[in-house]
Amino acid sequence: MNLTLFYTVIAAMFIVSIKMLSSPQTAVRGAILGALGMILAIFSDFAEVEHNHWEVIAVLAAGALTGIFIGLKIKITELAQMVAVLNGLGGLAAVCISLGETIKNLEVSWAIAAGVVAGGLAFSGSMIAFLKLQGIRIPYLQFKGAYMTVNFLMFILTLLLATGVCFCTSNSLFLALVFSSLLWGVVLVMPIGGADMPIVISLLNSFSGWATVMIGFAQSNILLISVGSLVGIGGVVLAYIMIKSMNLSFAKLFSRKMVVNTSSADISRLPQTGSPQDAAFVMKNAKKVIIVPGFGMAAASAQHALKNMGEILKNKYGVEVKYAIHPVAGRMPGHMNVLLAEADVSYNDIFGFEDIEREFELCDAAYVIGANDITNPKAKTDVSSPLYGMPVFDVGAAKSVFFVKRTAGAGYSGVENPLFFEPNTFMLYGDAKKVTEEVNKFLDE
Amino acid sequence: MYSFEILFTVLVLAMFVGYFAILGVTPALYSPLMSFSNAISGIIIIGAIASDGNRFWEMAAIFLAAVNIFGGFAVSARMLKMFAKKEHQK
Repeated sequence: MNLTLFYTVIAAMFIVSIKMLSSPQTAVRGAILGALGMILAIFSDFAEVEHNHWEVIAVLAAGALTGIFIGLKIKITELAQMVAVLNGLGGLAAVCISLGETIKNLEVSWAIAAGVVAGGLAFSGSMIAFLKLQGIRIPYLQFKGAYMTVNFLMFILTLLLATGVCFCTSNSLFLALVFSSLLWGVVLVMPIGGADMPIVISLLNSFSGWATVMIGFAQSNILLISVGSLVGIGGVVLAYIMIKSMNLSFAKLFSRKMVVNTSSADISRLPQTGSPQDAAFVMKNAKKVIIVPGFGMAAASAQHALKNMGEILKNKYGVEVKYAIHPVAGRMPGHMNVLLAEADVSYNDIFGFEDIEREFELCDAAYVIGANDITNPKAKTDVSSPLYGMPVFDVGAAKSVFFVKRTAGAGYSGVENPLFFEPNTFMLYGDAKKVTEEVNKFLDE
Repeated sequence: MYSFEILFTVLVLAMFVGYFAILGVTPALYSPLMSFSNAISGIIIIGAIASDGNRFWEMAAIFLAAVNIFGGFAVSARMLKMFAKKEHQK
């Protein structure tokens, strides 16, 4: 009974810590509070359970060291991948617990079955997300048009197997449930990419929370249920906020078709190429420059070069520099904010969508670095486009637009950006970091 | 052991609390928030320790959850340090 009271305190600590994460001033203390809660929870468990403690401690320590090691070793540009992997491991842990209990007790409760499904989805989905973020090419399954059908079939299959294991004790049936959950995670995430990635990452995060909830039901543990549902609902809320910001709904997100290849691309027209020198010249003579970062900035780790550019423009040429952050820029929620924070860009220069969308017509130059779809005017005009309805930055309204892009061609969504062919658009092809450093060289002269 | 009704009540109330806590988070901090909530979902480790199941799978779960927790906190700490650094300068 004492343990229950203790659990309530720990759950309260987690709630307060999440609340403290809401502003930068209290965030660090909030995270420390959360870590403290976690340590208390583990110790309270040790006190309760009669076990060979040393074995558990040894395994726990090994896991802790592995986690800290990779957590500190990982490059700052790989944070999104890291979050995906860690999340997957949490899901896998739920699957392992369920497997262990099933092998020993030969009896499966509905909660264990649901835990396997949520955990399995979180694990395999996160691994696919990781591979995609890592840029590893996985053979794409060609079922984009049939996405809903395939996932519905996986849902039915998994549901049948989950019901099955509750009523007849069969280890092979249980293993089939494990595999079907894993496979479902794969087909759920496989065809999704680009601007939808932050949403998927949030949803996968949510799944591992629900897996924790289910194990909590199986073990009648209120701490697992309360903390798991905090995480579960958190992932859903984040995903919902982003879906709203793209003007979509959950149903639309999964049902809209992605165009892989636009055959309508007009080859006779070629975008106008600019040079870093042109960009430097235009921007230093500008009154106001808006920088629009995207995943390309993260991939090239260009945030420091970008920050330097902003500083030189501001301090040497007196240009007003603002950063425009689209809600789904990058590959995880808040991705751009983390990177700009790392490069020490001032908060006061960073603006969210609503705060800056009207300012493009007033600015002399827009510097779009590694972003594409979030500026595509087809989202406003072309009803047939998969991007249609998503609010985009109207960068074309700026007097000149510079697109820093690694290669020519369409964005992640596969939709060609008509802005590239506008007379006031200049393409700067190359690695985002190198191009920006080039620009800085000319600005420094 | 608690009845299903009690556990379900905890679930529903915790969902409401979570909903309101997360709505207040500023968009700039979404990444650390996600990483942090990812870390605390590793609380499943206490389920693994308390589980009376097969030893091997139990240990596997403890290991994985420990990586999840400590890796998650390490990543969150690194993200938050970047924001804190700036706060300090002002």
